[in-house]
Amino acid sequence: MIGVISYLVFFSTVAAILAIAVLGLNLQWGNTGLFNGGVVAFFGAGAYATLIFGGTPQEGQLGGFALPYPLALLGGMFVAGVMAWIVGILTLRLRHDYLAIATFGVAVAFENLMRNAEALAGGAQGLRGFERPLFDALGGGLAYNSLFLICVLVLLLAVYVFLERLIRSPFGRLLRAIREDETAARSLGKNPARIRLTSFITGSVIMGMSGGLYGTFYAFISPQDVLPILTFQIWAMLIVGGAGNNRGAVAGAFLIWGAWTASGWALSRFAPQEVQLYTGSVQFILIGFVIVGMLLWRPQGLFEEKLVVSQQGRTATKELQGDRR
Amino acid sequence: MIQHLADGILVGSILSLGAIGLTMVMHMLRFANFSHAELLSVGAYCALVFDGVFAGVHSGLAQAIGSLSLTWTLALSIIVSMAVTGFSAVAIDRLVFRRVRALGGELSMVFASFGVAMILRNILGLIFGLQAQLYSRDIVFAVMISSDPLLLIKPDQVFSLVAALVFMMILHLVLSRTTFGYALRAVAENPTLAQVSGISLQRMIILIWLIGGGLAAAAGIFYGLTNQINPVLGRDLVLPIFAATIVGGIGSIYGAVLGGFLVGIASNVALLILPSGYSPAVPFLIILAVLLVRPTGLFGEERP
Repeated sequence: MIGVISYLVFFSTVAAILAIAVLGLNLQWGNTGLFNGGVVAFFGAGAYATLIFGGTPQEGQLGGFALPYPLALLGGMFVAGVMAWIVGILTLRLRHDYLAIATFGVAVAFENLMRNAEALAGGAQGLRGFERPLFDALGGGLAYNSLFLICVLVLLLAVYVFLERLIRSPFGRLLRAIREDETAARSLGKNPARIRLTSFITGSVIMGMSGGLYGTFYAFISPQDVLPILTFQIWAMLIVGGAGNNRGAVAGAFLIWGAWTASGWALSRFAPQEVQLYTGSVQFILIGFVIVGMLLWRPQGLFEEKLVVSQQGRTATKELQGDRR
Repeated sequence: MIQHLADGILVGSILSLGAIGLTMVMHMLRFANFSHAELLSVGAYCALVFDGVFAGVHSGLAQAIGSLSLTWTLALSIIVSMAVTGFSAVAIDRLVFRRVRALGGELSMVFASFGVAMILRNILGLIFGLQAQLYSRDIVFAVMISSDPLLLIKPDQVFSLVAALVFMMILHLVLSRTTFGYALRAVAENPTLAQVSGISLQRMIILIWLIGGGLAAAAGIFYGLTNQINPVLGRDLVLPIFAATIVGGIGSIYGAVLGGFLVGIASNVALLILPSGYSPAVPFLIILAVLLVRPTGLFGEERP
């Protein structure tokens, strides 16, 4: 029984951490229409930076600044934001697919740098020497993991509320206006490039926070954790949940993460020994079919975006329809 | 230095072949196709299969040509694989891209292309195994062209470069001399006007996939011939090919050719300064540099 509870806590923690990244992507893709092909780079930047800022000094490595944990996490988010700023400022003025290609490139370059730069990030062995906050005080174990889960859920809720308020604010309306018709937004004196940059950076900072929590949870991060597959998983979560809908994004995260771990478990349990090597391939094919299948048959996702029409507009439309009758 | 330059030119010719198809698709269908590089893998494995089949049918053909490791059967397989890969590209468009296109949203196409790339890459891995394969087990020694500066070149590399240049020359002649070439350029310039003049857009899209897929297959086979074939070949080449299209300017076929050579040479020469572990990141640096200096690329036109 206790084993089941421990596993559920573990599963929910990872799913909730990923849900935060999905929310960040939803701001970029769902609300602003920005294609981020390198989610994992911003996630990874947050994770690495958090561990570098908050970790204990290691021989022959940068970092180990041993900052208080909240500061380390903020530092991780800041680094992710700076990376987004650089990429965004170069690409957001151009046609849409440049951003897709550049962000994809960032992810490749980031993984490559982390794998090779031993002095910066520990190279292929990853980054160690991070002590999880309050770990000793609580003695680790289930109690600690439960508390960590609660903290993650509180942060998830905070991000959710923040984004819900943001998209209902005038800024949120502006984002959707730009997504739907950039020229119209510009004709109203808005600056689409700047608004898009703001949205891109905000989303990436949220992804950085998710990455920071992920690194904290495992107290370890390595290039294996920042492979492109994570980008696909996070996309699949958003597409299945429904782009533009924050509740859908969170639901999608738990659903896809559940399906991913379940399929991995089933393959390792029931697949014959000789094909065990290929379980990864099978899972990748499945997630590919999930993405393509959703786009073909239910592009709006399980939870549709609720288009908010302001009260005045709605009555006006009704009156118009009434007149026509 | 000179060795890096020679290797760069060879890799460049492979990237050029891949980038030609990609830039045409990106221009006509207006989306960054992340699954294009997987067509190189499809072509490479396709040739591996046909090579085996032809060798089984007529063992006399399975002999190396001259000092190459290339056999007559593989030479024949290049043509067949180009056709098969071209038709696969059309089939993928039918099954996925055309339907997503009909639902609207250029960026949904980019998502879809990532999904298609994942599916193709891992299906190839399931069928052919994750380990690397070679067309020929024969060891072909590189020929020393000069000893100081040291320059070693394999005969297969020369063949690949020449064959790639021949394919580009044929494409150039088709584009500049035939009615089909004019039609293609007309559609690229102004799809609506071209359709008014009686050019079928649907047919042009099919032809673009055929050409793009065929050239990608050739590129994949040449890559396999000079390196090795593995399921992640497409994943490793996708960024350099994108870099080539961006350097040349999206939509420009001649730009893609030049961009391919530039990216190939730059990536290899960069190894003089950078440790070789960093080479996968070089195309990204090239993309950043182009976006910083001249976002439209060498021959690209401004199209927001």
